[in-house]
Amino acid sequence: MNVATDAVRFVRAEPVAAAPPPTLTRGPVAWIRENLFAGPVNTVLTLIALYIVIVTVPPVMKFFFIDAVWSGSNRDACRPEVLGRPVGACWAYVIDKINYFVYGSYPISERWRVNAFFVLLALGLGWLLWLDAPRRSLGAIYFFVVFPLLAYLLLSGSHFLGLEPVPTSLWGGILVTVIVSLVGIVFSLPFGVVLALGRRSRLPIIRFFSVVFIEFVRGVPLITVLFMANTMLPLFLPEGTTVDRLVRPLVGVALFASAYMAEVVRGGLQAIPKGQYEGAMSLGLNYWQMMCFIILPQALRIVIPGIVNTFIGLFKDTTLVAIVGIFDLIRTVEASRVDPNWAAPTINTTGYAFAGIFYFLCCWGMSRYSLAVERRLAAGQRR
Amino acid sequence: MKRAIATIAVGLAASLFAGAAFAQSTLNNVKQKGFLTCGSNPGLAGFGVPDAQGNWTGLDVDFCRAIAAAIFNDPTKVRFIPLSAKDRFTALQSGEIDVLARNSTWTMSRDTQLGLDFTGINYYDGQGFMVRKKLGVSSAKELNGATVCTQQGTTTELNLADFFRSNNMKYEVVAFATADETFKAYDAGRCDAFTTDASGLYAERLKAANPDEHIVLPEIISKEPLGPVVRHGDNQWADIVRWVHFAMLNAEELGVSKANVDQQLKSENPEIKRLLGTEGKFGEAIGVTNDWAVRIIKHVGNYGEVFERNVGAGSPLKIQRGQNALWTKGGLQYAPPIR
Amino acid sequence: MPTEAGAQAPARGSLAYDPRVRAAVYQIVLVLLVTFLIYEAATNAIANLRAAKIASGFGFLEVTSGFDISQTLVPYSAAASTYGDAFLVGLLNTLLVAAIGIVLATVLGFIVGLARLSRNWVVAKLATVYVEVIRNLPLLLQLLFWYNAVLAPLPAPRESLRIYGVTLGAPGMFASLVVLVGLAAAYLLWRATERLARSPLERTLGKIAATIIGVLAGFVLLFRSGLLEATEGGIGFLNNRGLFLPKPLFGEGAWLVPAALAVGLVGAVAFRVWAKRRQEATGEQYPVGLVAFGLIAGLPALAWVATALVAGNPISFEIPQQQRFNLRGGLQVLPEFVALLVGLVTYTAGFIAEVVRAGILAVSRGQTEAAASLGLRPGQILRLVVVPQAMRVIIPPLTSQYLNLTKNSSLAVAIGYPDLVQVFMGTVLNQTGQAVEVVAITMAVYLTISLITSAFMNYYNSRMAIVER
Repeated sequence: MNVATDAVRFVRAEPVAAAPPPTLTRGPVAWIRENLFAGPVNTVLTLIALYIVIVTVPPVMKFFFIDAVWSGSNRDACRPEVLGRPVGACWAYVIDKINYFVYGSYPISERWRVNAFFVLLALGLGWLLWLDAPRRSLGAIYFFVVFPLLAYLLLSGSHFLGLEPVPTSLWGGILVTVIVSLVGIVFSLPFGVVLALGRRSRLPIIRFFSVVFIEFVRGVPLITVLFMANTMLPLFLPEGTTVDRLVRPLVGVALFASAYMAEVVRGGLQAIPKGQYEGAMSLGLNYWQMMCFIILPQALRIVIPGIVNTFIGLFKDTTLVAIVGIFDLIRTVEASRVDPNWAAPTINTTGYAFAGIFYFLCCWGMSRYSLAVERRLAAGQRR
Repeated sequence: MKRAIATIAVGLAASLFAGAAFAQSTLNNVKQKGFLTCGSNPGLAGFGVPDAQGNWTGLDVDFCRAIAAAIFNDPTKVRFIPLSAKDRFTALQSGEIDVLARNSTWTMSRDTQLGLDFTGINYYDGQGFMVRKKLGVSSAKELNGATVCTQQGTTTELNLADFFRSNNMKYEVVAFATADETFKAYDAGRCDAFTTDASGLYAERLKAANPDEHIVLPEIISKEPLGPVVRHGDNQWADIVRWVHFAMLNAEELGVSKANVDQQLKSENPEIKRLLGTEGKFGEAIGVTNDWAVRIIKHVGNYGEVFERNVGAGSPLKIQRGQNALWTKGGLQYAPPIR
Repeated sequence: MPTEAGAQAPARGSLAYDPRVRAAVYQIVLVLLVTFLIYEAATNAIANLRAAKIASGFGFLEVTSGFDISQTLVPYSAAASTYGDAFLVGLLNTLLVAAIGIVLATVLGFIVGLARLSRNWVVAKLATVYVEVIRNLPLLLQLLFWYNAVLAPLPAPRESLRIYGVTLGAPGMFASLVVLVGLAAAYLLWRATERLARSPLERTLGKIAATIIGVLAGFVLLFRSGLLEATEGGIGFLNNRGLFLPKPLFGEGAWLVPAALAVGLVGAVAFRVWAKRRQEATGEQYPVGLVAFGLIAGLPALAWVATALVAGNPISFEIPQQQRFNLRGGLQVLPEFVALLVGLVTYTAGFIAEVVRAGILAVSRGQTEAAASLGLRPGQILRLVVVPQAMRVIIPPLTSQYLNLTKNSSLAVAIGYPDLVQVFMGTVLNQTGQAVEVVAITMAVYLTISLITSAFMNYYNSRMAIVER
């Protein structure tokens, strides 16, 4: 087949012009098409979601900002029939009651002590939470030992220090919310660690008691524990001894949080490889040395997210003390919304919105912090 | 370690407990502490309510102040402990408070079975109903089929069931844990009627968005004699609490008031002289000074003044004296003579 | 579980260094301490109770209660019932709200969890915002919000929001014929399209046409045939006393409907078993879901219509009537129940969503890719490969969320729903003063529920544990 072909040989002189990029695989339009309108189902979902957004977001914005009332001294400021326009959040009411929400009935002349307490708290929290802070071990001692004592002396006062005693029945609002959470946090960590160690102990009786305690507390609602602390604690003490009304729910909260913390810590203990235990033992460390210097520092580090989650749960659960009559933030909101001086249609929602913003900021802040720590620790692991 | 923790826990706990209250008589204990601990309503206008600064006012509050005045000559030496309906008696039993003045109904079981003693009746009350005016109801007998809001765990809840049962009427009950929640639910329209002690109805009505829209129905469906309570067994203390009330009643009956008590000290009326301690040693007999009644009247006032100031014409509640008028004026308040 | 320090270390001289001795001493000390504490607490409690003259023992359960409860699932009256009955009423109310709440929270939680993983940006963000907001607010606050800010402003009974409904009538002859012809035409067109269509466009158009004909026929069946008629005054009412719905009253022949439902259920299960065997034997697949739906929903409907035609309507409805104060009759759903249910469902769903998301993310990508390379469609991948593996991860935390929901239902006490805690730990405790017994019984109930749940979880875990080869 040796056919001489005189076919015209063609050699291109210049390169082909670059083909245009496939239409719309980049850029915002493509992104929208791919993410929002990829198919009929996807399109329908997008439309439904957009509908939900349109139905919810503008009214919420309108309520919180556009129709909101920012100043006023009584209910007339927030009544639509007086203002002649729809009324959203009545922030004037929150501004009017803000001292009550923060301090409760704490005597006005002594409120600087509460402020000092908040400053001390911020100092301790900052020291403990800022991972690059100097002398963090000192910070831990400050937060878990010095600060609680200082706070107790400062808030309840004593003639010895020249501070007028303030009975706990006057404490209230955010102050009490913070105290209840702090007590839960400060007590639950050490007790939780002890319970977790107890649950993993090879001594059967210690293990038994730990398991019974943990499972019992985890099996019942917090509110029943609080009821028990409130009504039964006085019964269990010798005749004539009384427990401060604020301390009773604190005991309940501390016990409750310890049991949950114990389970978190146990998770961390279980995750430590056996070699660590054996290595520690082979160095001749005894049980407590091994736990304190080798195992717990690693185990607690692993479960920091779990611990923070427990704290978030605890912080939210502190609201339950309102049910047993403690004037925490929720209870002050509940009490102030009954005030006829501020009887207006949106007072309820405004009060709850204020409390909601407070709780959301605190919880959300904690979870963001936990995520940041997690990432940082993970970075350490990667190396 | 466990033991160490337990020790710490016990130590911590001990530091938070108040000392034993039974070691000595209540009076000595109160004198030693330097103040009276009084169980109060957490917030019932006219009877016991703190303002935003923690200053307490009310009929029951003034009663505690009168005791403090009799003992210390200083009505401010009282520490008020706000107590819910369900905590009040345990707080007294455990010694947390010295006296309970929290609009508590005197019933036989409470007086005899709880280790407590009622010392008198400082307010004759009875359970009533409040409804919205626009419902057009004028009698509790017309409430057949209504929804009623009530506070749980009180005698109110039981009386309510009895009333509707004995009148062969149907109703729906919604029970809440606190008085505030109960009233707020009624005010929001959850219920047609709201029931509690009549005094409480007037007090709660002030909290309504528009108090004028509500009326209190005329029927009183129960006897609710409210009075101060002390622990059983300390008769000296019970005497003091009992006679503080009687002294205030006698003062009103004899026309001794806050304003004229200093002039009345010079009175020649033997009854007034015995009351004010210018004759006899009645005060010392119960463990206080002889001018105890003078102190009470000077600092707090007589019963009539206290009533008018807190719940009567001089207060937003505007409750009529009614059964709480002196026996000389057709009421039930009657004090034994000081003799 | 790693062993701990010095278990086998030989005794060195002093007894104090013998680990066995030390272990024994620790434990004895603990036992003594606990015994001492319990003894102290018990003697103090006995002394205090005696001083307070509070009765003890469980005799109070037999005493007449004397108070009324707003929602009772079993017959209860203040005059005739005891504290024991009140306990039962509270317990049933707790279980009711927990059971309904668990079902709804699971549905909502799965939807939100899947939505968070959606490729659709708006849907995923919306779900994320929902989860973040709900999880970072206290449940108590949410309950109070629902009850006091959402439900309380509803109108009074006389200005109720109405829910209109449809009633059953007797179908007309002509209309029935139209319906039958229409439905048959729609079915035939659908089948024909599937067989004959040559392009996707034709297929789509054909199916749309079939659907329109079917829907029209269905509409005629529902409204024009007289089988269903729109009511005039409204059958349901929503106001600040709650939600009032028609209450079914069962007349003659009503038993046929549940009987048909039972037959349908049995039939559906049997068909599924048969279809599975056939598939294993021959590889042929059957539309199990469709047939099951037809059996379970269709048979009772058929029975209903048949009875209605022959003997008159078997199930009639009692419509709530406006009375002087409230609406009477019908099925009343208390606003406290609604608030508690909505609060619990939305709150728990936020947590379930996270559980579901974590479960699905736990299935490695390789599984999806392998399934795709086998030629499975995305739906099949999700149903046959991802979900069964994800469930292994999801079920244990899901169960504990169910438990949390049940325990959280005790917050009912804050909004006046008569659950176990509100009725028993609230009213009964106050009326009797027997705190120890009441608290013990209440805690025992919750403990029992959680022990049963964890027993189930252990059983499930042992069954589902991956068998390592």
